[in-house]
Amino acid sequence: MREEMRRDDSVFVMGEDIGARGGVFLATEGFVEEFGDARVIDTPLAESSIAAIALGAAMHGMRPIAEIEFADFIWPTFNQIVGEAARVRYGTNGKVSVPMVMRAPQGGGVRGALYHSQSAEAYFAHTPGLKVVTPSTPYDAKGLLKSAIRDDDPVVFLEHKRTYRLVRGEVPDDDYTVPIGVADVKMAGEDLSIVTYGLMVHHCLEAARDVASEGISVEVVDLRTVRPIDRQTVLESIMKTGKALIVHEDTKAGGIGAEVAGIISEDAFEYLDGPVTRLAGPEVPAMPFAPTLEAEFMLSTEKIAEAIRRLAAY
Amino acid sequence: MIIELPQVGESVTEGVIGKWLKSIGERVERYDPLVEVVTDKVNMEMPSPVAGTLTAVLVSEGDTVPMGAPIAEVAVDGETQVGAPTSSPTDDSQAVVQPAADRIGTLLKNVAPVGPTGSGGPISTDDPGKPSRPSRRRRYSPAVLRLAEERGVDLDLIEGTGLGGRVTLKDVRGFIEQSEAVVVETTEQAPSPQPVRPDEDDERVPLSPVRRMIADNMVRSATEIPQAWTLVEVDVSGLVSRRQAVRDDFRDREGINITYLPFVMKAVAESLKENPLLNSCWDGDAILYKRRINIGIAAAAPDGLVVPVVHDADAMSIAGLARKIDDITTRARRGQLKLEDVQGGTFTLNNTGVLGSVLSQPLVNFPQAAILTTEAILKRPVVVGDGIAIRSMMNLCMSFDHRIMDGAEASSFINSVKRRLESIGPDTGVY
Repeated sequence: MREEMRRDDSVFVMGEDIGARGGVFLATEGFVEEFGDARVIDTPLAESSIAAIALGAAMHGMRPIAEIEFADFIWPTFNQIVGEAARVRYGTNGKVSVPMVMRAPQGGGVRGALYHSQSAEAYFAHTPGLKVVTPSTPYDAKGLLKSAIRDDDPVVFLEHKRTYRLVRGEVPDDDYTVPIGVADVKMAGEDLSIVTYGLMVHHCLEAARDVASEGISVEVVDLRTVRPIDRQTVLESIMKTGKALIVHEDTKAGGIGAEVAGIISEDAFEYLDGPVTRLAGPEVPAMPFAPTLEAEFMLSTEKIAEAIRRLAAY
Repeated sequence: MIIELPQVGESVTEGVIGKWLKSIGERVERYDPLVEVVTDKVNMEMPSPVAGTLTAVLVSEGDTVPMGAPIAEVAVDGETQVGAPTSSPTDDSQAVVQPAADRIGTLLKNVAPVGPTGSGGPISTDDPGKPSRPSRRRRYSPAVLRLAEERGVDLDLIEGTGLGGRVTLKDVRGFIEQSEAVVVETTEQAPSPQPVRPDEDDERVPLSPVRRMIADNMVRSATEIPQAWTLVEVDVSGLVSRRQAVRDDFRDREGINITYLPFVMKAVAESLKENPLLNSCWDGDAILYKRRINIGIAAAAPDGLVVPVVHDADAMSIAGLARKIDDITTRARRGQLKLEDVQGGTFTLNNTGVLGSVLSQPLVNFPQAAILTTEAILKRPVVVGDGIAIRSMMNLCMSFDHRIMDGAEASSFINSVKRRLESIGPDTGVY
């Protein structure tokens, strides 16, 4: 973000506690000192206005990065993002675009309970006109965020909170981008394909390494962007392995996994050698607070490894 | 006990029930001939597997039934009618194979009483020495079916390692690898008819669908039809001069060239009428005579051979045939044939003479009865009377389905064509 703000004066950040505090996860630490409070705007605790102001600024040529402190509080922005931002380009016959980014940390497993654990991607991914990005590694996060900022259409950028501190990775200093809508094969394999994104990429990689010793060769496809989904990479992988395991932390029904499963059955049916399988969060309204229940809710390396074994044996 | 039609050969799937050698109520000893069974491999008398009394005949003479189908019931000696438990239904060591339900719906007489847990059912009194035939129908995933079809793999030969013995994609791949390894080994020992290892500088061109279709049809023709071949020499001097005489006039009036083909086709159509057996096809247990005479012409098209058809060729004049032939061969060359243009052929004519051939051995266009070629017309010295004359000679070659006809019928037909062609003279009209 710092690099983009230096590069382009129209880029600015806004959100709760992002100025003097540097953001709740310190993503904007030192920004207000460097760019001043006109480009690093602390907002009132009113998410709908954050989204609405960003939308208005974007329609007038600015490139706002609006931060919602936790994705659990993104729902008041739904009207501005889904109802308005997504449809501006279409509604104005292409005359006006909305080059804004909505950043929000999401996901569970951080002892955050009901209001600091939710996954928001499926709600936004349903909407044509939006792009929804869910990076898994520091390298991808930087490259994708740059692409999102430079994109002329609204991008919902959902970062998993656990990846902030749990995942370490090399990030080059130079100005590179990772294209939106392109998946990444994080591990190549032969026997079955896992399609996943976000934090689960890491659990899947770990599980894949665990079962490798049992002679099961797993390919891990990181979607990186859940709208649009990179059909080609997904299909190529399934056509190679014949088996698909889709993994996400979000609950199952109507989730991203359903869409991926649909793509696979429509276009790779003749290549399937087993049921397209989804491993996802339980049909429970929210992440529980009790550590035991939270552990039960969250997918883990062990649960994924078990699902791999079952599907591989099919 | 229910008597089933036993598996009598590797690839045999069904048999025709011949004469019943025992009648209902008659005493049958073990190994007594029970019934005649006719299959495409063998004819045999099926011995009774048990001693007893024949109580029911489930399949009548002349009926075709699949292997394993129930064909008769025998009341076995020492068994009371109502389920004497010669083998306990709970005996797991021998699976109780329920005979496939028959269309006739026979009453099962030999049934154990239904127990409190729903046990019971027909008692299996199969000879313990006879391995029970697992009638497990296997299901395959789309990927397995696709790969098996692509590579021509018989899935029944593969041992499944998946859940519940399911054949997985990996199993099929492993099987293919293994069988390829075997093929490679055998090629090293002896030259194999299937070259599997192309040289590096070879170019591999995948088959077009048309090529594939031609190939499949040729293989069917060559493998399914026992083909015999015959040749006659025809003196076509009269035809050559007649065609020469009408050529210019015909071109002026019709706008197209008149070739020899319509004359030949006319002769063929008339000869087919005279010899309807040549205008038929093999239908397993019958010969199917075709009422219409639809003559296909083998023609070169952009992506391979096509055989456009002149329908009802027997109803057209030579001029009509000329126009029709010109129309379909022109459209064949341009790839503009419609489906109906290539459907319904009952006999095929192949003008190999235009390629310079004087002798060819065509493959019958499956499922027709015969194919006739017209070879190049050459001037040759021929003995006429006691002198030597120079005549225009043409060979007619024919391959025919020897199941349908013998040499006599084939010769009768081809000589009929010959006679008609040789009788063409200055008086032969084209309209």
